[in-house]
Amino acid sequence: MQYKLKTPVTQADLAPLRAGDTVLLSGTVYTARDAAHQRMMELLDAKKPLPFPVEGSAVYYVGPTPERPGEVIGSAGPTTSGRMDAYSPRLLDLGQAVMIGKGARNQAVKDAVVRNGAVYLAALGGAGALAARSVKALKIICWEDLGCEAVRELEVEDFPLTVILDAHGGDLYESGPADYLAHT
Amino acid sequence: MRTISAAALTQTVARLCVRANTQLPPDVTAALSAARSTEPWPLAQSTLGLLEENLKAAAAQNLPICQDTGMACVFVELGQEVYIDGAFEEAIHAGVRQGYGEGFLRKSIVADPLRRGNTGDNTPAAITVHLVPGDRCTVTVAPKGFGSENMSRLAMLKPADGVEGVKRFVVETLRQAGSNPCPPTVLGIGIGGSFDKVAYLAKKALLRPLDQPHPDPFYADLEQELLAKINALGIGPQGFGGRTTCLGLAIETAPTHVAGLPVAVNVSCHVTRRATEVL
Repeated sequence: MQYKLKTPVTQADLAPLRAGDTVLLSGTVYTARDAAHQRMMELLDAKKPLPFPVEGSAVYYVGPTPERPGEVIGSAGPTTSGRMDAYSPRLLDLGQAVMIGKGARNQAVKDAVVRNGAVYLAALGGAGALAARSVKALKIICWEDLGCEAVRELEVEDFPLTVILDAHGGDLYESGPADYLAHT
Repeated sequence: MRTISAAALTQTVARLCVRANTQLPPDVTAALSAARSTEPWPLAQSTLGLLEENLKAAAAQNLPICQDTGMACVFVELGQEVYIDGAFEEAIHAGVRQGYGEGFLRKSIVADPLRRGNTGDNTPAAITVHLVPGDRCTVTVAPKGFGSENMSRLAMLKPADGVEGVKRFVVETLRQAGSNPCPPTVLGIGIGGSFDKVAYLAKKALLRPLDQPHPDPFYADLEQELLAKINALGIGPQGFGGRTTCLGLAIETAPTHVAGLPVAVNVSCHVTRRATEVL
């Protein structure tokens, strides 16, 4: 199945999604990688607000290449999500609804996805030029000193993504290869 | 002696950084295309099609193929009859600085592994130099992304582990890597040498075009056998399931010690980049 979603999303929006479905995502998406996640944890420890409204938010693990003059964004494919495993459950428990990246997540993240009715979506790893086509606007909203790891607010339109972890415990990285092997 | 100016070396490195990040070598695009035509699983086939579409998008939009424009690994075969009229390594770093700036490539290098400040210009390059006969200077820039680099592994096997031990280690490396290194992957495999040499052999193996098997039939057969075993894992493009987990692999070997059997797997992805010029 293919679903069209617009951020911010609710648990009800995400409930029909199953691992292997595709999503065309539109609306605001925030970028954050390792260093930005580390700083968000420090903000939370200090009981300070996060740089963006977390409820129903979508966070894309990406460090784009610099945009050429007149262009919105450079190449913008996903980075390996597993490096964010240490941080994601805390953000999901605070209301983050969508994680976008590539690669396997640990059990704590899978549990947090189910517990919060969230989803983990994959963008195509290594296909940064294609991903750039879906980005219509970009603004750095904090930690510019982090360069490619600064937190950016992206406006995306019909960003093509694949559901990896769904709110019901599905995991495409397990079921996809198993399905293929069962048919060969 | 033949003089090559440091400035020319800088310009060459700069040009190669940009070219490597925007145009894949023909053997890699051919392998991707061949994989799509033989992939039996529909989702995997369409995913491979999107990866090919990405190459066209990068060319059309003047964008890097992947946003991880990598650590600049620079390999130089320097003729013994060449005189460089300036600081050799600094000329290469300057080329990386220039190429990553002018090419709008991402700066991904931190100056210190634990204190993590970005150097801001993607320097330093990782430079490997070999002295060779002659008066030429062959420069290869192979930008290496770390999504795949992080999945690389090295083991000091026992001689008793033999070729079966090497096969088990390589296949297990790919099984553990799963969806992380952006499959379909490309692998460089080092066997033999010492602890440091075997990692270098694995990296060097990534420079060999995918359509060139090992010249020794024993290792050419081993390359084919490993490729078949890896493509029976079912991981498939992006880890969504399918046959095409690996596009191709190359083995490089070196003499080793009576007590050892080092093996290293340097994992790369479908965006395996290298560009070469001869000065």
